[in-house]
Amino acid sequence: MAPVLELRGITKHFGPVQALRGADFILEEGEIHALLGENGAGKSTLMGIAFGLIRPDAGQILVRGNPQQIRGPLDARQLGIGMVHQHFTSVPALTAAENIGLTAGWSVSPGKLYRRVRDLGEQTGLPIDPAVRAEDLPAVLKQRLEVLKALATDARILLLDEPSSVLSPAEAESLLTRIQSFRTRGMSAVLITHKLDEATRVADRVTVLRRGEVVHTGPASAEPPARLAALMIGAPGWAPQRASHSASAGEVRVRAQGLAVERSGPGGAPLREATFSARSGEVVGIAAVEGNGQRELLRALAGLLRPSRGELDVSTPVSFVPEDRTSEALIGEFTLAENLALSQGQGGAWVRGPWLDWGAVERRTEELLGEFSVRAPGPGTPAIALSGGNQQRMVLAAALERQPAVLVAENPTRGLDIKATAEIHARLREAAKQGVAVLFHSSDLDEVVELADRVLVVREGRVIELPEGATRQEIGARMLVEVSGAS
Amino acid sequence: MDADLLVSFLTSAVRVATPLLLAALGETLAERGGVINLGIEGAMLAGALAGAIGSTVGGPWAGTLAAALTGAMLSLGFGLIAVAAGANQIISGTAITLGAVGATGAIYREVYGSAGVGLSLPTFPVIPIPGLARIPLLGPALFEQSILTYLGYVAVPALWFLLFRTRWGLALRAAGESVEAATAAGVRVKRIRIVALVLGGMFAGVAGASLVLAQVGTFAEKMTAGRGFMAVAIVVLGGWRPGRVAGAALFFGAAMALQFLFQSIVSNLPYQLFLMLPYLLTLLVLAGGVGRVRSPAELGRE
Amino acid sequence: MRAERTLPLISAVAAGIAVLALTLVATGHDPVVALGAMWRGAFGSWDTILSAVLPRSIPLIVIGLGIGLAFRAGALNIGAEGQFYAGAIAATWAGLHLNGWPAPLAIAALLTTSILAGVLWVAVPVLLRVRFGVLEVISTLLLNFVADALVSWMVQGPLQEAKRIYPQSDPIAASARLPQVPGTRLHLGLLLAIGLAVVLWVIYRRTLWGFQLRATGAGPLAAGIAGRIDTKKMLATALLLSGGIAGLAGGIEVSGVSYALFQSLSPGYGFTGIAVALLARLDPLGTIATGLLFAALEAGAGGLQREAGVPAVLVYLIEAVIIIVVLLSDTIARRRSHGRF
Repeated sequence: MAPVLELRGITKHFGPVQALRGADFILEEGEIHALLGENGAGKSTLMGIAFGLIRPDAGQILVRGNPQQIRGPLDARQLGIGMVHQHFTSVPALTAAENIGLTAGWSVSPGKLYRRVRDLGEQTGLPIDPAVRAEDLPAVLKQRLEVLKALATDARILLLDEPSSVLSPAEAESLLTRIQSFRTRGMSAVLITHKLDEATRVADRVTVLRRGEVVHTGPASAEPPARLAALMIGAPGWAPQRASHSASAGEVRVRAQGLAVERSGPGGAPLREATFSARSGEVVGIAAVEGNGQRELLRALAGLLRPSRGELDVSTPVSFVPEDRTSEALIGEFTLAENLALSQGQGGAWVRGPWLDWGAVERRTEELLGEFSVRAPGPGTPAIALSGGNQQRMVLAAALERQPAVLVAENPTRGLDIKATAEIHARLREAAKQGVAVLFHSSDLDEVVELADRVLVVREGRVIELPEGATRQEIGARMLVEVSGAS
Repeated sequence: MDADLLVSFLTSAVRVATPLLLAALGETLAERGGVINLGIEGAMLAGALAGAIGSTVGGPWAGTLAAALTGAMLSLGFGLIAVAAGANQIISGTAITLGAVGATGAIYREVYGSAGVGLSLPTFPVIPIPGLARIPLLGPALFEQSILTYLGYVAVPALWFLLFRTRWGLALRAAGESVEAATAAGVRVKRIRIVALVLGGMFAGVAGASLVLAQVGTFAEKMTAGRGFMAVAIVVLGGWRPGRVAGAALFFGAAMALQFLFQSIVSNLPYQLFLMLPYLLTLLVLAGGVGRVRSPAELGRE
Repeated sequence: MRAERTLPLISAVAAGIAVLALTLVATGHDPVVALGAMWRGAFGSWDTILSAVLPRSIPLIVIGLGIGLAFRAGALNIGAEGQFYAGAIAATWAGLHLNGWPAPLAIAALLTTSILAGVLWVAVPVLLRVRFGVLEVISTLLLNFVADALVSWMVQGPLQEAKRIYPQSDPIAASARLPQVPGTRLHLGLLLAIGLAVVLWVIYRRTLWGFQLRATGAGPLAAGIAGRIDTKKMLATALLLSGGIAGLAGGIEVSGVSYALFQSLSPGYGFTGIAVALLARLDPLGTIATGLLFAALEAGAGGLQREAGVPAVLVYLIEAVIIIVVLLSDTIARRRSHGRF
């Protein structure tokens, strides 16, 4: 079998961060090749280079044996490379058909365009209503639109970036089966994922990336999953375990009765019915597939969204750690001291009447930097200069500075390396030990299982309380959602 | 009101609306791409002067060509500053207009001597369209106009087709809705925006020329008097769709014509009321009083 | 911070002058003579400084401060021109009815009405923004035209002078006029402008509200979520204050310079004020400097025309060049500092 895509010696750095170090990657014709690695290993960067979104510092790209210059997505498409992105990359206000037509360069007259889109849907087994605006599609169909866009460009080399991240286990399963069928149509695919079981189930070969370097490449069946996991993390075999906590039943800090919240923005989903409570000293994990209402639940708890029905009592003060730290938790161009002042608002110890004592802010910031091991030159550093892990440490420090009764966290370890993740987990547990009621959501089921005392599942807007000792499989099963076909 | 007065008012309305329509069509292109071009006022004014000078040299068509080129160049400058370099659109647009006011004023004085001397220029004649011009009431109003007005009529469906039935138009609209998504789809956002700005600038320049060569008949300093900014309002009122923009332009033109009318009539009603009317209506539309419109999502974002 | 701010500004001014010189040469004027005339028009004598430059700087500084406040919160107030006129109209109306009031009270009353008028004028765009999400860029712009028409009506109708000859109002009561430095056209408004700048500087630097204002503009999402700031309220407040300040500028102009209302009271202060605010990077004390700069340029333009016969309107070209050069150098500097990750 001849290699259909080769990346040789790819090196890339972003500022001081070395994202890729001489990485090699070979995709054989007709194979499904999994690119494994934990968050931040460089997988998306490597494929971003293959698709022309990023320019490498050094290295070579060969398509079907010929060296190529890929300066942008257009070049990549012309070479038959298509990419299905992790994030939603369609134009929200345009219809599904227009989005597909735009990407594929099809003619725009509606009759012809709609027909072509319908044909494409039939051929690939992924039907979609051409006339619906992209922003009005449910999460599953949005993902489908992404795949269709890549297929419409006659791509023979498909790069799939964490395609199942927004899908429930059943939907992901269905998608992977679909991808397998592509093989029979002469396509080759790269499956970027951090989920071991996906890789071993579907792929012919795997390549493991760690800290920007290729540490392993070979047939998927050749190595046991534990070994692959170890290669990904760089530590001896590790599997998620339920943490053992002492049952500390403190006072009730959160009480929800028949709570309902309207959906917040595109991509959200309404919360229809939530009845549960959370106590001081507990860590409650919220497991859900994106787009089932968990965001609405968390933000209602944080006081950012108003319930449309039902009762909600949350002891104040409440601290909120949002998912998107660079735009929702921090102001990038502000210094760390300024960000701390922002987060404490009126309640800051340095506020006297209308006046703000910046000297006191800086001193406290300095103290917090030490307490929370935030690696930064000083309180006057702009937040944007910090790495993700250090930013998150700062965000958590600010959140805990408020001495909250309740702490709500959305994906608190998203995009962080293992060390930072472990630290954040430790801090959350420590906060709980100090009496805070901690509620958090993670899209990584393993993390939920490992960190939480109790697990709540949000499915289609309803909160389901799971019994103590529920296994990972049981929790995953509860998260399933049925998908209705489009059109 | 007797028929003759009505016809003459309608004719005047269409004539006055022509520069507004042309400028607004140009601004529609720019804003569909996600860029607010406040330099359109400057492009129009510069186009007016270029039209005047060009006409004295080579007749009205030469003037129109010169105006189109001038408007295009000014908008290209704006595009380079606000799109290519990424500077704040509002400020750079205002700066372009400011600079155009200064430059045209100075050039006018240099070329034509001190202010106050009325120019006489070769202008565009009124061309009645046989047959159509005989339709009662609307006939003379719509079909006894200058060639530039007819150009406007053609431009409306042409622009609609460009925006909604071509790949280029789709790409432009994508750029105006989501830069991220458009880039992922392979659209060269900066490039397409600049092209749209240049095309729009051409329209603005011709709009200025039409003001000089088909309406007023001469050039005076600062003669556009905010018509370019008016075009921005017209685009909003027209919901960024060429057909509705034409309607909005006509409405503004009618209001302006009414104002001229009332200025010459002694009446209890202050004519300034008609000056205010189009803007107040636009505000109402914006508030959703008369049908909600969505602006291109990238408009106003940096 | 201060140094990296003034260098681009100085080079921008130099660029502007260079463009002017080139234009002069191209049109057959002697650039040295012309530039000299321009200098003298602004700084030639105490008289020009006190009567041409400083009085012009007052509305520019005040409007610049108002626009700067709005910009800090991320609100694009392009309607300062209209708010200025609203303030001027109200001030004139008040001033015509304040006969017999003692001077300080009359002035205070007049200025207060002008502030209220400015607030009122921006209230509609605020409402549209908060309730309907309408871009204030557009709504404030539109109201400029309405204000223009309103002034036209006022000076030809309700506020026209008793003699009904010219489109202007009668002069306002003597007690409602800001005291002048005798022998010049410089009036107390300068102290008001500087005082306002200092007050704003303190608010921005030392108060929680001032900080939250900046946070709202710099990161509206984070301000709302992490800072729990009511960004809608902050934006509305900023716009209302901004309108009030612009209205105040109108009142000061009527009370200190014109003593009456007429159509072209403002030679575009509302737009030049945008540049004044931005070139000072929204810093209140810097706004004093940029206000003076633009006032000097426009006063100089007068000298340019009087002495060298060069059209004064050319100064707008210089201002445009300055704005663009500073804008570009700012943008490029920002690009460079925002490295990846």
